[in-house]
This record gives sequence, C-alpha cells and structure tokens, in this order.
Amino acid sequence: MTTTPPRSPRTLATRIRPRTWLIVGIIVAWLLAWRLLDGLWTLSLQSAEVTPLHLWLNEVNVWVSNNRDSNPVFVYLFDGIRGAVGALAGVFIALFVKTDVGLQLPEIGWLGVVALVTWVAAAVGNLRVALLTAVGFTAFGVLGLFGDAMWTFALTLTAVIISCLIGIPIGIWAGLSRRAEAVVTPVLDFMQTLPSFVYLAPLALLFLIGPPSAVIATVIYAAPPIIRLTAHGIRAGPATIGEAVDSLGANRRQRLWTTLLPLARNSIVVGLNQTVMAALSMVTIAALIAAPGLGQRVVQALQSLNVGNAFVAGLAIVVMAIVLDRVTTAASRRAEISARHSTDARRRRRVVALGAGLLVVVGAVYASRTFLWAARFPDGLSIGPWLSSVVGGATAWVQGALSILTANLKDGITIAIINPFQALLTGSPFFVVAAVILAIALIVGGVRATVVSALCLALVIAVGLWEDAMVTLGATLIATVVTMAIGIVVGVVMGRSSRVDQWLRPVLDAAQTMPAFVYLIPFLGLFGPSRFTAIVAAVIYASPVVIKIVAEGIGAVSAEAVEAAESTGASGWQTITKVQLPLAAASITLATNQGLIYVLSMVVVGGLVGGGALGYDVVAGFSQSSLFGKGLAAGVAIVLLGIMLDRITKSATQRRVTRLPGTRRARTSTAPIPAAH
Amino acid sequence: MRATAPSRTQLGAPPATGGAPLDFEVSNLWKVFGADSARIASDESMRSHSAADILASTGCVTAVRDLSFSVARGEVFVVMGLSGSGKSTLVRCLTRLIEPTAGAISLDGHDVMALNPKELRELRRRKVSMVFQHFGLLPFRSVLDNVAFGLEIRGIGPAERYATAREVIELVGLHGYEARFPDQLSGGMQQRVGLARALAADPDVLLFDEPFSALDPLIRRDMQAEVIRLHRDMGKTMVFITHDLNEALKLGDRILIMRNGELVQIGTGDELVGAPADEYVADFVSDVARSHVLTLKWVVTDVPHDLPSGASTLPANTIISDAIPAVLGSSSPVLVVDGDTVIGVVDRDAILREVAGVPHIC
Repeated sequence: MTTTPPRSPRTLATRIRPRTWLIVGIIVAWLLAWRLLDGLWTLSLQSAEVTPLHLWLNEVNVWVSNNRDSNPVFVYLFDGIRGAVGALAGVFIALFVKTDVGLQLPEIGWLGVVALVTWVAAAVGNLRVALLTAVGFTAFGVLGLFGDAMWTFALTLTAVIISCLIGIPIGIWAGLSRRAEAVVTPVLDFMQTLPSFVYLAPLALLFLIGPPSAVIATVIYAAPPIIRLTAHGIRAGPATIGEAVDSLGANRRQRLWTTLLPLARNSIVVGLNQTVMAALSMVTIAALIAAPGLGQRVVQALQSLNVGNAFVAGLAIVVMAIVLDRVTTAASRRAEISARHSTDARRRRRVVALGAGLLVVVGAVYASRTFLWAARFPDGLSIGPWLSSVVGGATAWVQGALSILTANLKDGITIAIINPFQALLTGSPFFVVAAVILAIALIVGGVRATVVSALCLALVIAVGLWEDAMVTLGATLIATVVTMAIGIVVGVVMGRSSRVDQWLRPVLDAAQTMPAFVYLIPFLGLFGPSRFTAIVAAVIYASPVVIKIVAEGIGAVSAEAVEAAESTGASGWQTITKVQLPLAAASITLATNQGLIYVLSMVVVGGLVGGGALGYDVVAGFSQSSLFGKGLAAGVAIVLLGIMLDRITKSATQRRVTRLPGTRRARTSTAPIPAAH
Repeated sequence: MRATAPSRTQLGAPPATGGAPLDFEVSNLWKVFGADSARIASDESMRSHSAADILASTGCVTAVRDLSFSVARGEVFVVMGLSGSGKSTLVRCLTRLIEPTAGAISLDGHDVMALNPKELRELRRRKVSMVFQHFGLLPFRSVLDNVAFGLEIRGIGPAERYATAREVIELVGLHGYEARFPDQLSGGMQQRVGLARALAADPDVLLFDEPFSALDPLIRRDMQAEVIRLHRDMGKTMVFITHDLNEALKLGDRILIMRNGELVQIGTGDELVGAPADEYVADFVSDVARSHVLTLKWVVTDVPHDLPSGASTLPANTIISDAIPAVLGSSSPVLVVDGDTVIGVVDRDAILREVAGVPHIC
C-alpha cells in the first residue's frame, strides 16, 4: 500500500490547501506565543488546591447531609425514589446475594441460581446459550467471586428492569409523536455524550452512596438505547401496513398493540441487548459510589495496583458480559423465528423439555436452600487466589523482562509526544489556547459550534479547572489521533475485503460489549500506572467503534465508483485515496466524533491508573470530602469538554454530509409527476 | 358514413345500470397537500388556477381537483390514470384515509364527511374494505390471522372470526395455506390474502388501489379473472384503481379517466374507445384492439332501402368480435336492434374495417 506515495499526498494537499494552511498558520502562531509567554497566565491549580467555588460546593454537600432528613424535597422526592429503587433492588439482592438473617445466605444459593439462569437462557434463547450460561455462572464460583458476581447481577437486573419500565413507554411515545421525539432526542443525545463517570458525583449528592444510587446512575446511562430503539421500531413500521390497518377501522390502541408493537419487537429486543450491556458497564463503574460487586473488586485492586486481583475480577466481568450478550442476542433471534418454522410437534417437545428442566430447577433451588455446599460456593473449588498470584507473577515478570520494550515505549512516547503537547496546552496563556481552539472550531465546525465552544471554555475557566482540563484535553486529542489512524487503516482494509470483515466483525462486536473498566487492567499490567496507560486503554476502547464506522463508510462507496476508478487504471492506493476516502469523508468525520466521545470517557476513567487531571479529581472527590467540590467541578468540566468536542465534530459531519452531492437528501414532495404521453 | 356516436353528455351522467341505488356519490372533491391547502380549496379565485400555477404560487400540490362522480350499487367502477394523476389519493379520500380538503362524499345516502372518528372506524370496519398495491399484510401473523384481523379489530371472538376467515380463504383459493406467513407466499398469493382480508368483513364496497400492479403479467391475469368471478358471485360494489387501460376495460362497467387530479372522461369502455373526449384519451386508447371493445352500435350504418326482408338481427351491445361469425356468414347486412328498435345495419366491410384496425373515413 505504500508503493506509490509520492504523488497522491501532493494532490491531496492541493485540493484542501486553504483550510490546511490556515490551520498550520494558527499552530505556528500558537508555538510562537508559547515560546514568548511560557508559564504566564496558565491558571494552574495544584492537586490539593481548591477554589472558592469548590469550597462552596463542599458546603452544599455538608448542608445536604445535615438537612436531608428535614428538607421535604429530600424526604419525599429523593428519598422516595431512593426507597422505591432500593426496595426493588432489595428483592434481587435477597434472592441472589444475601439476606439479613442467620448465615446471611441468599434465598437461592449458587446451585439454584446456576440452574435458574440456565433454564431462563434455554427458555428465551437456545441450548447453546444455556450451556454457556451454566459454564459462565459456575465460573464465577470457580474464580472465587460468586457473591460479588451476584451483587453485580442483581444490580444490573434491577437497573435493566427499571430502564425497560421507563424506557419502553417513553420510546413508544417518542415513536408515535413527532413532538415527543423532538423533546426526547436532544436529551438522549446529551446523555450519551456524557462520560458515564460524571453521573456519579451529583447522584451521590442527591441519593447518597450505595446500591440505590448505583442503580439510578445505571438507569440514566442504560435507558437511552432502549428508548431510541423502541421509538425507531415504532416509527419504522412500513406506512403501507399502517394504512392497511387504518382501512380496517382500527383505533389508536388497536393500531399500537396489534401492529406497531409487534412490528417493533425485534428492534426493542436489540435495544434491550444494548441496555443490558450498558447497565453492566455502568454497574461496575458505580463501584466508585460504593456499589458492591465485581466493579468494587476491580477498583480496590486498581487502587492497590494489584494486577492479579484486578485481572480475576475483570475476567469475571468479561464472562458476565459475554453471557448476557449472547443470551439477549439469542433471545432476539428467537423472537424472529418463534412462531414460524416450528411445527406443533416441535413446539410441544420444547414445552415438555422446558417443563422437565423446571423440575430440575426446583430441585436445585430446594437443594440450595437445604445444603450449605449448594448455598455457598465451596471455597475448595475456587482457583481465584491461585490465578491472581499467577497473573501477578506473570505481570511482574513481564514488566521486568520486557521493561526494555514496554518502559522504552512508554517513556519514549511520553517524552516525545505527551509531555511536549501537554506543556504546550498548559504552558501557554489560557487566552492563547482558547483562541486557538476557537479558531479551529470556526474553521472545522462553523459559527454555531464556535459559540458553543466559547461558552464551554468560559465555564471551564469559571469552575477553576483550566489546567486539569487542558491535560485531559491533550490526552484525549493524542489518543483520538492514534485511534483515528488505527481506525482508518483497519477500517479501509475491512471495508474493502469481506473476508477481513467476516473475521474481524465478531471480535469488534465482542470488544464493544466489554465494560470500560476491564480495558484498564491489561495495560496496567504491561505499563504500570501512568498517563500513557490511560491513553493506550482509551485507544483500544475507542478503536472498535471507529473501525466499524469507517468500514461502513468505505463499504457504502458505490461499487460503480470503485469500478470506474479501476477501469481507468487506478492502483489500489489511488483508489483508496482518490475515490474511497473522499467519498467516505462524512463517515470518517462521524467516526472522529464517536472516537472523541469514547476516548474522553476512557481517559477520564484512566484517572484510576495514573491518568491524572480531571479523572483523578473526580475519583479523589469521591474518597475525600474536602475535595468533594473539586470533584464535582471536575465532572462539570468533563461534561463541558465533551459538549465542545461533540459540537465541533458534529457540525463538521453535518457540513460534510450536506456538501457531498451523493448524500443530499431527496426533497420529500408529493408533487405529481406530469403525465407522459 | 360515420356512425352516430352517443353524445358526450354521458360525462358524469347517471350510471349505465340506470335507476339502481347509488353507493358512492362524490361531488366537487378537492385534495390539496400543503400548508395553505384549506385556503386554496375555499378560495374561488384559486380554484380557477391550474395545478401548476397553484404549486408555483403557494407550494401546495393539488392531487384531486374538483371531482364529481357516482358509483352505482353492484357496479365495478374503475379510476384510471398515469402515476401522479391523483387516483390513489382519490380512493383514499373515499374513506378519509386521506382527509379531503373540500367537497362532499356520501355513501349509501350517508354523509361520509360528517362522520366522527368513531363512526368513520365503523364505516371502515363494516361497509368499505380496501385492497392495497403492496398488500399491507402483517408479517408476523399467519395467513389465517391476517384474514381474521379485520374481524378481530371489530371485536369478534376467536371461534367465529376463524370460521369466517376459513370460509373466505377457501373462497379466494388459499385453502391449505392458513398457517403460512406472508413472506412464504408469492406476490399473487399475498394479494389473495389481502383480498380475503377485505372480503372477511363482508363489506358493501371493495376499494382496490392498483392491486395487481406489483404482480407479473400471468398472475395478474389470474387475479383479474378472480375479481371478475368474485364480482359475479357476490355482486359487491367495487372501486378499482389502475394505470393499465386493458385492465380497466376488462373489469370496469364504467371508467373514469384522470389527469393531473382532474376528471377527463367518464364512460363505459366502448364509449372511451369509440368517442374519446380529447386528444389525451384518444392517445390512451389508440393501441386498443377496437373490435374487442366496441359494440355494434358504434359501427352501424343507415338501413339501406334495398335491404331484403328477413335479414338476421343482432343486439346493439354485441361486441364486434363476437358478431364476426354471424355477419360474415350472412349474405346481406345484419340488422342491429336495441330492444325492439332497429338502429341500423352492419355489413362485412364495417366489421372487417374494425378488425383490421383501419381508421374511419370521415
């Protein structure tokens, strides 16, 4: 692919010259300003330092905790919500995790749980996923984490149920009413640009820490997919069918129940799958506000830098992600084939088999309530501690033996790229950096994006965290550049070759279902805690989505355009650079948008493994009450960065889309075509 | 030598079946799409403008323009026009699936425009059913459940609605396919399901919106025969939308030709072919095999003075091609009678001229 590079870059450059030179000019001016004014007006704030705003937020925190028992808003509203959510969570906690009596055993012990979930998997899916479920849930016990896994499972289940109870009606409403959609969509867009991290502090303020607020945070994070996909499913029902149903005299209720909902069923189940995966991801992160479970094991291990323990807990999370994903995916396939293709005899056989299975479940549940060995997973069967020490040992060896490689790579990139860029961002006067950002926003995104960006930057300054925000921004930009490089290369290969696509797609799908947390663990093992580790984890976390969008864009380039290029004798490289990439420009811009959002959310989580800056401020805010206000402010700053990056890249995408002739939307008009003679 | 064609006063005149009660009566119907639609239909000055002028000046699209016609009970009434002529909008206006902008519609003497939503649903449930070009079947329901759907909407219990549905399925020749799903059927079969669904409600009127346009020619011919058979057996009123002139001539008792939302001509098939109202219709019907459409009354000549007595007779509504054996086998011109009245004669030359497609010499 690199055989004929000399010509194409030049032609590419001539094509986009004015904007590129403008941006180069801005950067040169920035470098000059930095040289001249290094260290002046940097708005720096040490990690233990706080501003009056942060102190005031601390006071708010103190006021809330002093007055929450007397203030009616808290007593009736927030405590009411908290109580209701806690009651529902309590049911599942008592069922799967622990009761408050005697040995604090759960209502259903591990054997009963394994039998029950296996049966459910068989009922909603098929035998294969049932087997996977049985193995997966037993694996929690073997890893020595059955109790923690059940905490995570119970909280995820609670959050998913609440998400569906709230999300499906809202989705239906948004699907039926244009006006509702106009209200709901921007809210969902906003919710989904927020890194999951930032929900936690304000929720802890309102709902205290612990399982209920973890569930509430999870619902906020996990409800958008099912709302979106329910609305989509309702709206996507073919107009011809809707009209036919109207012609039969159906009223609105009949139309919804007999036609729109059944037509939307597949879409809703896909939404359920995404909601389940998002919920699992958030429940693990909610460990930061004292949600028990696997996430807490990871957090504890990360904070004590015990890679072995983090690995074992991370593995359990991965297992749960795989099981939940496979079961819900199988359920969506089943929804499609259920009624048809199955004869009466087959259906009867299935019912008999499930009935028999149910007897086994009842037996297992009974056993798990009778025998201790079936109630609590026997410690003797656990390989968790052993695995932890093996991984710990291996990590130590890797860090020692490969230190030439890993340490040099880390130090090299840190010194050559991360440090200078960070110095440029934090060392220049704030108004210079702000001016550069706004100038680029103007060139790339347009006036409105610039206004939004200016507002965001002003607020970042107002919350007093300019320097930390710039460090986070720097790490985000570096990680995004790397992610885009990987994404474009792999995405082009994938978009051009269906064989690569077939092989790579399942891997990417699997990678996307993993909770953000577990991405940190292997890189912590390899590189130890550092900014570099956080950036690498962010790159790996964001790559799948970027690769997929780029591949989709390349794949969507019309075969005729490619054929035409090849028929004029274009080489593979020329076809890519002159035909496919330009035509996929809108997709690439969209991929940049998604890449930035993903990277930002991960860079922030990287605060746990030495990423520092805003992420660290947030984490520190959870653990030290004197830094609570600063943590909250850091959360706000993260949101502001997210909005700014999202607005700039989104309006860049829209500009691209409207500029491309092929993608311009056809005017929807019912104008009659003049009759031809 | 030219035949005396019926005058064009037939336009919009009472239906050919004469005296039968009316099902649909539509007068001055307008449908204008766009923000300003209401104003345009009520504004006299706008009404006189052409559709193109209205589009240019207001951005509103005139789909149906001041249409009036009536459909007799038991009649097959065909609306024909090219795509974009407004015929599909027109048929949807009849049951207000698309709300007309102005005008009056009455069904069986009842004012359709005055119905409230509940009454309108009752009308759709019991009186008027529709068959769609793209079938509009529910993909997640079996054939049986699709056919029973309208009855389910009406609130009829499972036992009764499935019994009715099975009968109707039998009627349209789908016996044995009850448990299949729409995507397991061919297009023709799916449209039989659509037809069965419409029939299951036992409506007075069936509306067909280009029901066979999506089918291949052989299947289309079968389905046309099916509709003719059903009409013969059940005698339901049918309003049939098509862009295919041959289909219109084959099925229609009367045909309404539309262009740009406006009525161009209403008449029986032989009236359209024999006396096209304008160039547009003439162009349309120019490819039609006249001898298969026109009746003898279109080719009669005055009775010659030297006609031998005892000449054979034929009714005036005999299709020319059906008259060929009798006329060619007769040594003298054949008398054409309408009831007891002799309206003229046809001879071999007249018949052969039509069969050969030689234009009239006026």
